[in-house]
Amino acid sequence: MKNKYSIFSLIKNAFSYHENWQKAWKDPTPKKEYDAVIVGGGGHGLATAYYLAKKHNMKNIAVVEKGWIGGGNTGRNTTIIRSNYLWDASVGLYDHALKLWEKLSQEINYNVMFSQRGVMNLAHNLQDVRDLKRRTHANRLNGIDAYYLSTEEVKKFCPIINTSPDIRYPVLGGTLQKRAGTARHDAVAWGYARGADEMGVDIIQNCEVKNIKRNGDEVDGLETSKGFIKTKKVGVVAAGHSSVLANMAGLRLPLESKPLQALVSEPVKPIIDTVVMSNAVHAYVSQSDKGELVIGAGTDDYVSYSQKGSHQIVEGTLNAIIELYPIFSRMRMLRQWGGIVDICPDASPIISKTTIKGLYFNCGWGTGGFKATPGSGDLFAHTIANDEPHKLNAPFNLNRFISGNLVDEHGAAAVAH
Amino acid sequence: MFLINCPFCGERDQSEFKAGGEAHIERPKHPKKLNDGEWAEYLFMRKNIKGVQFERWNHIHGCRKWFNMIRDTSNDKIKLIYKMGEKPPLK
Repeated sequence: MKNKYSIFSLIKNAFSYHENWQKAWKDPTPKKEYDAVIVGGGGHGLATAYYLAKKHNMKNIAVVEKGWIGGGNTGRNTTIIRSNYLWDASVGLYDHALKLWEKLSQEINYNVMFSQRGVMNLAHNLQDVRDLKRRTHANRLNGIDAYYLSTEEVKKFCPIINTSPDIRYPVLGGTLQKRAGTARHDAVAWGYARGADEMGVDIIQNCEVKNIKRNGDEVDGLETSKGFIKTKKVGVVAAGHSSVLANMAGLRLPLESKPLQALVSEPVKPIIDTVVMSNAVHAYVSQSDKGELVIGAGTDDYVSYSQKGSHQIVEGTLNAIIELYPIFSRMRMLRQWGGIVDICPDASPIISKTTIKGLYFNCGWGTGGFKATPGSGDLFAHTIANDEPHKLNAPFNLNRFISGNLVDEHGAAAVAH
Repeated sequence: MFLINCPFCGERDQSEFKAGGEAHIERPKHPKKLNDGEWAEYLFMRKNIKGVQFERWNHIHGCRKWFNMIRDTSNDKIKLIYKMGEKPPLK
C-alpha cells in the first residue's frame, strides 16, 4: 500500500531530511506472461496501464519502456493543454482529456500542477482572422469556452505583446480558451506510474522490444532485451518510433517521424501569466513555475529519428518571438532540444485496433499529444480491454485512411504542424 | 542541420532544400482497377524507416530541381545522392 501524499506526509518526512520517502514504483523483473503489455512508458502508455487496472480490472499487465519512464516526448513537450479543435470528433477527444486533467491531481494523489491559465491563439493575417472566427463558432457549438478577441483585447489580456500595426506580422486578433493551460509533464508520467504500480502493474524500464511475435494473425508475445514475454494483447504507444514497432509486426502506418524542437530561457520573474500561440509565425511561449520562458518551435520537413532538428527552425521562431515580445530581446536561451513526433496525413491521432488480433496502436499524435494524455490513456485502455473502440475514439481508427473519413485538423487546429 | 551536395549546384546548406518524402513510390499503372485499400497504401502508408531510407529532395531555394537521396534517418548522415529517373542502387 502506498503512503498518501499530503501536507502531513511532507511534514513527517521533513523530520528525516526527506531521506525515507517510500519508492514511488517498484523495479520488477518481467514475468513470463501477462494479460496485456503496453509498449512505451511515456504519459500515454502509463495512463493506459493505469486505466486498464483501475476501470477494467486488468491487474496482470506490464508497461515496457526502452529507456526510463517519461524520458521521451513526455519530458520534451511544451506542456500546453487545450481542447479548442475545429472538428466535432477532435473536440470530443481533447475535451474528454481536458475534463480528466481538471481532476487528475486528486484522482492520482499526485500534484501535476495543472494550471488553467488560458491559451491565446493569435491571428496575423485576414485568413487567420477568418479561420479563428470560424473555429470559435465551431467550438461554441460544441460547448467549448472559446472567445474571439480584438487586437485591443489581446493587448489587455497579455500586455507585453507588441500589437503595433507596423510590425511584419501584425496582431489582428486572437482566440482565448480560459480552461486551457499547462501542467508539469514529468509529474504526469510519475503520477500515473505510481498509481498503476500501486494496483499491481509492472513498470519495466530499460527493456527494449526487439520483435513482436505473431502466431498467424494473432499476437503471441514480445521479444525484449529482458527476454521473451508472452501476452495475447499488446498496446503500442511509442510516439516517434511507432512505425518501427509496426514494422516488427509486418504492418505499415500512415506516419512520418520528424524532429520538433523546443527551448527554454534563463529563469526570470513572472512576466507572462498565460500561454500565447501564434501559428502563422510559429512561436509559442509560456512561463514555467521556475521562471523560464518555455518556447515551442516547429518541425523539420524531413524524416529523422536523431532528436536534433535544424538550426534555422529555432532561428525563425526566435525572430518571431523577438518581434512579438520586444521585452524578450536580450533574454538568453539555456537549453534547446528535439523530440521525434509521428505525424499523420490529417494531423489527427490513431487510437485503433489493427488487422492483427490483439495488437493495438495509439500513435500519430504529432506535435500535440501531451494535452491528450489522460483521455488518450482512458480511451486506449477501453479499446484494449473490450477489443472495441469507445465512441470517442471510434473516428480515430486506422480504417479512416481507407474509407476516406479523415479528421482533417491540418491547418484547422489552431496550430501549424 | 547538415550540408547537401546538390547534383546540379554542389554543396549547399540544408536550409536551401525541401524534403519531398519517400522516393520511388510508383503511381499505380491501372488506377481504375484499385480498391480503396490499395489507394490508401499508395497515398498514405509510408515506410518511415529508422535507418537507411530512400528520399526525394528539392533544391527549392536554388536550382529548384528534384533529386534522390539515400540518408540514414537515425543520424542524418547522407549516403548517396542521385538524379531523378536514375535507378536506385541496390542496398
